Amino acid sequence: MAFPCAMVRFTAVGLRYPSPTAPQGVEEGPEALADLTFTLPDGSFTWLLGASGAGKSSLLRLMHLAQLPTRGTLEVLGTTVRADRRAELPALRRRIGVVFQDFRLLPYLSAFDNVALPLRLAGRSESSARPDVTEILRWVGLAGKEASLPQQLSGGEQQRVAIARAVVTRPQLLVADEPTGNLDSHQARRLLALLTEMNRLGTTVVVATHSEELVANFPAPSLVLDAGRVVHHG
Amino acid sequence: MARRARYARDPLGLRRALSDRLLPGLVAAMALLAALALAGSRGAEALKDRWQAGAAAAVTVQLPPEQAVQMDQALAVLRAMPEVQSAEAVSAARMKELLRPWLGEVPALPLPAVIELRLVNAAIDPAPLANRLSETVPGAELEAHGIWVSRLAALASSVQGVALAVLALVAGVAVAVVAVATRAGIAARREAIEIFHDLGATQRDIAGRFARRIGLLAAGGALAGAALAVPALAALSSMAAPFAGGEVMPWTALPWLDLALLPPFAGIIGWATAQYSVRHWLRRLP
Repeated sequence: MAFPCAMVRFTAVGLRYPSPTAPQGVEEGPEALADLTFTLPDGSFTWLLGASGAGKSSLLRLMHLAQLPTRGTLEVLGTTVRADRRAELPALRRRIGVVFQDFRLLPYLSAFDNVALPLRLAGRSESSARPDVTEILRWVGLAGKEASLPQQLSGGEQQRVAIARAVVTRPQLLVADEPTGNLDSHQARRLLALLTEMNRLGTTVVVATHSEELVANFPAPSLVLDAGRVVHHG
Repeated sequence: MARRARYARDPLGLRRALSDRLLPGLVAAMALLAALALAGSRGAEALKDRWQAGAAAAVTVQLPPEQAVQMDQALAVLRAMPEVQSAEAVSAARMKELLRPWLGEVPALPLPAVIELRLVNAAIDPAPLANRLSETVPGAELEAHGIWVSRLAALASSVQGVALAVLALVAGVAVAVVAVATRAGIAARREAIEIFHDLGATQRDIAGRFARRIGLLAAGGALAGAALAVPALAALSSMAAPFAGGEVMPWTALPWLDLALLPPFAGIIGWATAQYSVRHWLRRLP
């Protein structure tokens, strides 16, 4: 399968978190990611693998622009990410869907409002957003749970709300950090089916996981990290 | 459904994070102080203007009762002096009216004849005038109150300056209170802000939501403070009326325009301070 262009391109990227004692803006801590150079083609599905602490979450934070690299060149959605052009980043972020490891649902919003949030932030009217939100909640198997608060939902249901929120804008890039961590094997397979369906519809998908079983059941290219460096890609 | 609609309009949950009691209460107290300071400034300005205007006329000539027949002669002498702009006899009826609060009704009391002078310049030394007058009307006494009036006017100016300084201080404290409230709101909604940020919200989106909420709370608090100030200012105005030269209707003497401007001004302070505080905080996010 040929991929015409790069969705994500890392060139000699490094990431160093600031030390808690350093002045603001001064990165003095250890380098969490070092010399990352790879390309994820448009429309690809990639597993992100590695032991705990290998840097998977940091890498995903760079991909969805929650963090900027401290060195190297990062290109996402065809745009080179630069700290001095921060005003461009919100528009880029709205084209990226994110499934967080800890869901990060707003506890005082219903499932419907959590899912509708990215559409409202993008300026969609309530009347045009409502059918999309209803449809995506039905797609993830949460029809009838629209009014439930996150704490009224099981872990698996919360995970599906998080996924619905990530895909409701039909993003070009979808990154998921341990999306099956709170799910049983049946729910995990169902979730992966959703993600592969998204990929089939054209979304570039990157999934970080520990689950070898999941990777075995859904074969795809993988990016393996160890101590903040890419040790395998392909 | 109503709950959903409420949170759809307030997805950051700021109605809960930014209490509608504490901040408006503090702003109301500051608006009350600001209203008092403004009214004090306006009152001091009015008194200063009145006293300064009166300083030039604050010269009186007294003729002893036995010399009252020489009133016309004294008036003629005074009106001939170039330093005198006008000289008018104070009528017996007005003298009684002026003295009634102090002496009551005493028709048998012999009263001096009094002439009210207006000099062309309040800085003129009245002593030479007194000498020239006494040459024509022996026993005539000239009293100049200008220096006292000038001092009172200077005091009023100082009071006005202090009132304006208090106003500036209140505005500064208001900015600090709003900044602290905004930081408390940010701390309470930090995770939500980070989620908004990661989902593509702009600084303008997030800061605008805080600014609208805080601006409304500040304006509401100032409205309450201004309303509370009205009866207090009316009472003060009533008490100050004698110093302002007579009968003043308390409600008409209030600085209504200043009071009306307090809520929008507080709203603007709240909005601008929240905008700055939130945008400053958001700079730590990429």
